[in-house]
Parts: sequence; C-alpha cells; structure tokens
Amino acid sequence: MIEKLILYFQYPFVCYALIVGILIALCSSLLGVTLVLKRFSFIGDGLSHVAFGALAIATVMNLTNQMPLVLAITVICAILLLRTGQDTKIKGDAAIAMVSVGSLAVGYLLMNIFSKSSNLSGDVCSTLFGSTSILTLTPLTVALCAALSVIVVIIFVLFYHKIFAVTFDEDFATATGVKANAYNLLIAVIIAVIIVLAMNLVGSLLISALVIFPALSAMRLFKSFKAVTFCSAVLSVISAFVGIVVSIIAGTPVGSTIVGVDMLAFALCYLIGTVPRNA
Amino acid sequence: MSLLIAEDLALGYDGRIIVDHLNFHIESGDYLCVVGENGSGKTTLMKTILGLRSPLSGKIITGGGLKQTEIGYLPQQTQIQRDFPASVREVVLSGCLGKMGMRPFYRREDKKKAGENLAKMGLTSLSKRCYRELSGGQQQRVLLARALCAAQKMLLLDEPVSGLDPKATEEMYELIAALNREGITIMMISHDIDAALTYGSHILHIADSVFFGSKEEYLHSGAALTLREGGANR
Repeated sequence: MIEKLILYFQYPFVCYALIVGILIALCSSLLGVTLVLKRFSFIGDGLSHVAFGALAIATVMNLTNQMPLVLAITVICAILLLRTGQDTKIKGDAAIAMVSVGSLAVGYLLMNIFSKSSNLSGDVCSTLFGSTSILTLTPLTVALCAALSVIVVIIFVLFYHKIFAVTFDEDFATATGVKANAYNLLIAVIIAVIIVLAMNLVGSLLISALVIFPALSAMRLFKSFKAVTFCSAVLSVISAFVGIVVSIIAGTPVGSTIVGVDMLAFALCYLIGTVPRNA
Repeated sequence: MSLLIAEDLALGYDGRIIVDHLNFHIESGDYLCVVGENGSGKTTLMKTILGLRSPLSGKIITGGGLKQTEIGYLPQQTQIQRDFPASVREVVLSGCLGKMGMRPFYRREDKKKAGENLAKMGLTSLSKRCYRELSGGQQQRVLLARALCAAQKMLLLDEPVSGLDPKATEEMYELIAALNREGITIMMISHDIDAALTYGSHILHIADSVFFGSKEEYLHSGAALTLREGGANR
C-alpha cells in the first residue's frame, strides 16, 4: 500500500492534485461558518450549478482555459443573488432555486446540442461529480488555483473581524459605520471564487459539502468564532488529504471520497459534542 | 446643547407613511423614552436615526460633536444570534470595529476598552464563555457592553428588557440608569410605560397624535392615560 502511494507521488499530476485539493479545502472551509450562520448554505449550491452552466458554455465555445469565463459568470451571479437577497419581490431562497435549476438545465441542454464529444454522459458526470478531473489538471490550472486560494486566504484574514461583525449583527455593524453592504459583496465574490476552484476538485454537485460540513463539524466542538473557523479549516484540510489518499489507494472517485470523509468527520464531531463537558 | 434634533420627520416604508410630523430633540444627558403601540413606528424611528434607512421626508441633525456612527445601539436579538458560536469577548470587541476603517486588526486600545466595558457590565468572569449559552439578561449586558465600545455619548436601546425575567429586567433598568447618571444620553424604546415614567426624563409618545415633552408635562397631558388604557386592553 505504501509502495503504491510512493509510486503514485512520483507522478507530478498526483502531487498537483494533492496541492490543489488541500488549498481548495482550506479556502472552502473558511467562509462556511459565515454561510451557515447567515442561513446562506444554499447559495453555494445555487452558485455551483451556475458554474456548471458556465462551464457548459465554455465547453461549447471550445475555450482552452475555461476557468476565467466560468469565474466571471459565477461572480456576477453571486452578486446578483446577494442583491436579490435584500428587499425584492422574489425572495432569496426562491431566487437561488430559480437560478440554480435554470443554469443546470441550460448547461445540460447546451452540452447536448453542441457537444462534439462521443462520451457526453461521461463529460456531464465528471463535471457534476468531479470524478477523475483533478488528476488531469494542467500546470496552468494548478498555478491559477494556488494563486486564487492564497488571495482568498489573505483577504479572509485581513477582513476576518469585519466578516465576523457583519455575520453576527449586520444592523449594528452598519449603524456604527462598518460598510456592511460592501462586505456582503466581498463575501459573495469570495464564495463565487471558492466554488469555481472547488469545482475542479469535487465537481459542481458536491461543492456545498466542502463548504458546509467542516463548519458544521467545528460548530459541534467549539464555542468561539475564532476556534470554530480554525477548527473547520483544519478539519477540511485533513479530510481532503485523507480523501485524496484513499481515492488513490482504493481507486474511488476523488470528489465523493472527500465528501465521504467530511461526513465521517461530522459524525465523529457530533458524537464528541454530545459528551457533556465539565467546564 | 442638542445632540440630536428631528425636524418634521415622516417615517414609513414602500411609500406608506407610518408617522408624520415628528419633531423632537435630545439634549446631552437626557433619558428619552419612546413609547407607543406595536407597529406605531418606534423601531423604524430608531433605524432612521442610526442611518439604516432614510426618512420619507424631514431630517435628523446631530450636534454637539456627535456623529451618526457614534451612537451606540442595542438591537432586539435576531434569530441568527441564538445559535452563533462566539465568545463574549469577541462580541464586545466587535463594537470597536466602526472606528477601524480599513485597519484589519484590533489595537491594544480597542482591547483595553472592551475589557473596561466588560468590567463595567460585570462580565469579566464570563468573557471566555459562549454568547449563546448565557442567560437572557447576561446576553443583553454583553450587547450593552458592545454598544458602549462603539459610543461614548449616546445609546439607543430597542426594547432592552424584552424576554427578561423580573429580576433581570430590574437589573437592566438600573444598569441603564447608572450609565445615564455617568452622563451618557439614553434613548430607549419601551412597551413598559411604568418604567418609562420611573427612569425617563423625557417621553416621546408615538400615536395618532405625537407627544413630546418632559415626564412632568407628559403626566399632565391626556396622552399617558390613553396608552395605559390601551395597554390594559391588550
């Protein structure tokens, strides 16, 4: 088993996969706490479907590097969804449902009509569930992923206290001069970036798991925002690492294996959380 | 010197007017209680003063060196906060954020100020505890400490005792009165007309006809009577 791992890690694409996987897992866990607490868990899901639609468009247009276009479309949708979250006729969750189902349908339709590939269902399946795509990453995509991940982490650290305040009490933050709307916008853009990144790893249907599970697990165990954020980042990185290694050894799809490990971690945290502590 | 003057305010949303021709002023050191029925526009008034929404017409002028963003605010609790993992210290420190601008981290002065306000509210021993595990009265004191971090001169309190038991209610009122004696101007929304008359120096009664004046003037007007009767009927 160990020999198999050593053998695999001699190939550069396996190392790429591991690096990208860990970076993406780190990013996606950071904002999870905020999303869960703001009752925005489904924004991630909606946006990932948008990213799927965007990817279909990029595929149809035969772009060599699809990420910039997908990123642009997803960011725009994130901003629009967040705007509609405030006073509009169509309420937030309905808007998310609409956009998410709509783009899923349009994406599949486009791929069906224009696809030149002989293995259409294979293409769609790997976009939705990630399957082996992480092992076919080009060095350019890896570099882009790494750069974006680092930017996301830096922005998160710099705005950590503001993100906390806007999550905990938006009205108070606004009233005391924090530009809550600007930070909400920032959160939306970061989420969009994370989702496009994570699509390479777990596919568009499973992204929400990467965002939500570590946060929920950490919230079982810790009681301050800082500890929860830190713990969810650590849990997410460990789960991604374990998931990728297991998928290499057992030959399972990368995305669903990572999500499986995340679920196990949640179950474990849940159990630990139910044990009463004498503090 | 007036800290805040409301001139011919009209409040409401979606173009529908709830309150019209609202005129009042708050002097430094006042304790103004805003009373009135549910839906009369008390919370809307407070949000307008804080700049969270704009008035339909009229204006709010701040004076005496008070900026709009320097008004401390004790909001009604939201659903989100009930299961929020945050320590007491984190919540109180977030009151200092307004003055930070683009600076990303807290300075030593911010932490010192948060510590002082924690002590003032008797929360020092709880500072590492989780906010959602505290009692209602303790949570309100945490939010009050946070408001004090944001403001030195004036506090706006939106139903500060709602959901508290009688003992915690009494403690909360005493705490607010003590802050007022220290020179902090208070504006409090309340259902509780008796508390308003016990602790307040001025009354703003929002109803079909708006009353504004000192407590003594209020007691001699007919307005107090109508609210009491209204309250008894509810």
